[in-house]
Amino acid sequence: MIDSLRIPGGPLKMAVPRGALLDEILVLLDAIGVETAEVRGDSRSLVFDGGELILVTMRPYDVPTYVEAGAADVGITGKDVLLEQADRKVYELLDLKAGYCRMVLATQKGDEGPAEHQRRLGMMRIATKYPRIAEQYFEENGQQVEVVEVKGSIELAPLVGLADGIVDLVATGRTLKENNLEVRDEIVECTARLVANQVSWKLRSEEIDSLTHRLRAAAG
Amino acid sequence: MIHPIPPGTRDVLPDEMRELRRLQTALLDVFESFDFSEVRTPTIEYADVVERGDDVAPAYRFLDDRGELLALRTDMTIPIARLVATRFGEVEPPYRLSYIANAYKAITPQRAQLREFGQAGIELIGVDGANGAAEVVEVLTKSLEAVGLNRAVIGLGEADLWRCLLSDFAADPALVASTSARLAAHDIVGLELELETADELSLEQTACLMKLIQLRGGPEVIGQARGMGGPAFEASLDSLQGTCDAIAARGGADRVQVDLGLLRDIGYYSGSILEVYDPSVGEIIGGGGRYDGLMSKFGVDLPAAGFTLYLELIHKAQLEQGRTDD
Repeated sequence: MIDSLRIPGGPLKMAVPRGALLDEILVLLDAIGVETAEVRGDSRSLVFDGGELILVTMRPYDVPTYVEAGAADVGITGKDVLLEQADRKVYELLDLKAGYCRMVLATQKGDEGPAEHQRRLGMMRIATKYPRIAEQYFEENGQQVEVVEVKGSIELAPLVGLADGIVDLVATGRTLKENNLEVRDEIVECTARLVANQVSWKLRSEEIDSLTHRLRAAAG
Repeated sequence: MIHPIPPGTRDVLPDEMRELRRLQTALLDVFESFDFSEVRTPTIEYADVVERGDDVAPAYRFLDDRGELLALRTDMTIPIARLVATRFGEVEPPYRLSYIANAYKAITPQRAQLREFGQAGIELIGVDGANGAAEVVEVLTKSLEAVGLNRAVIGLGEADLWRCLLSDFAADPALVASTSARLAAHDIVGLELELETADELSLEQTACLMKLIQLRGGPEVIGQARGMGGPAFEASLDSLQGTCDAIAARGGADRVQVDLGLLRDIGYYSGSILEVYDPSVGEIIGGGGRYDGLMSKFGVDLPAAGFTLYLELIHKAQLEQGRTDD
């Protein structure tokens, strides 16, 4: 099986994001008749036979990498990931309306707002996992900031004084609340998207169009 | 001792060099058999020559010892346009020229991209419309066969379709520009959203536009687009149909996939556009089309068309093809 994965042809290969998005995505795939029981199981495998699709599981951030290179024909990942890797050459085909989140600017409760901070000090330091989205947001708003990229829990940065604020993805807002942070501005709303490799979208157009059509109906 | 080379460049060792040389020779033989003669131009040009041809500034510019601004060429089409305008004034067109050369582009780090890459291609200058495009497609088809890429497909589109359909729908020029950019960036979700929220477009018109970009297949897809727009759009479809007919008349339609959503992001294309795909390579392995406005930027009003193949990707496709054939 592993070798045949590298040969073109056979079922379409779909890059599926492990993590918070996965459950909602599997419900959608079930609805269009893809076999997902194996993925739901506790197998350590990374590749699953889903019938009409081969499901390749990976971290959401890696999905554009695999799809751009054609290692997967199609994939599902968040709009946040696509915005952060905007220079990836993949087709963004469909809004799956799953995994709704907001990209926000947050600072500590009780602090002066970012606008007042900017006026007084002229410069803010922002911690984020999304340096490109953050830089673009502040540039468009004409604000000068220093963006610090961190990989782990972003909420930590303002607590211990690494940064004045954070740009991060928020689903319920509970983590922010528990860390005494509050939302100052909403940058963009993010949902899961279906993406396709540019060559696959041309050479396997019927299969991908049919998949898109059915997922669109399932996503409502 | 380890001496590094810049990211995005590579050494070629003897075994691979032999394969690359065979690949180049096979392509040159095909070009020659269609009377395309090989030329060579300098790797460095004056920066304003490169910028005159394309909207995008060249990635590598530098000052020479006299303070002149030079640039590494970004492709061979622009240097050949310059060469023809400068050197061929006394010669009757058409001109059939070919090349095998390196070109240069900026890269994103850690993305396995090449900043120095090989190109092989042809320029057909002075033959207009469907005939010129069909000749280019014929040479391209024979080239792909000569290097053994039996699964390769040539996408054929028409650069003006999107613009014409939108202007037939009386869309604002700003909407034409922004949606074209989204299409070139492959942002179909954003494209649909922007069309749906545009005041000047009805629901049916939006549906037509979204259907158009998904029409790809045999020449019959042209028929499926008939009646969507007005006279400008129909004329554009006529032009594409003419190209298809001319290709079929030369007996080379087997590899061609008509694609009404094709839009290349290189500024100088007009009329027919071409992309080359191979199922074992995730990137576009070649491209081309008509660029009738390019020569006039160099002061010679001649129609032009051509294609280029990316040699490293063609070689990769050959290796993958060999692996699956075994």
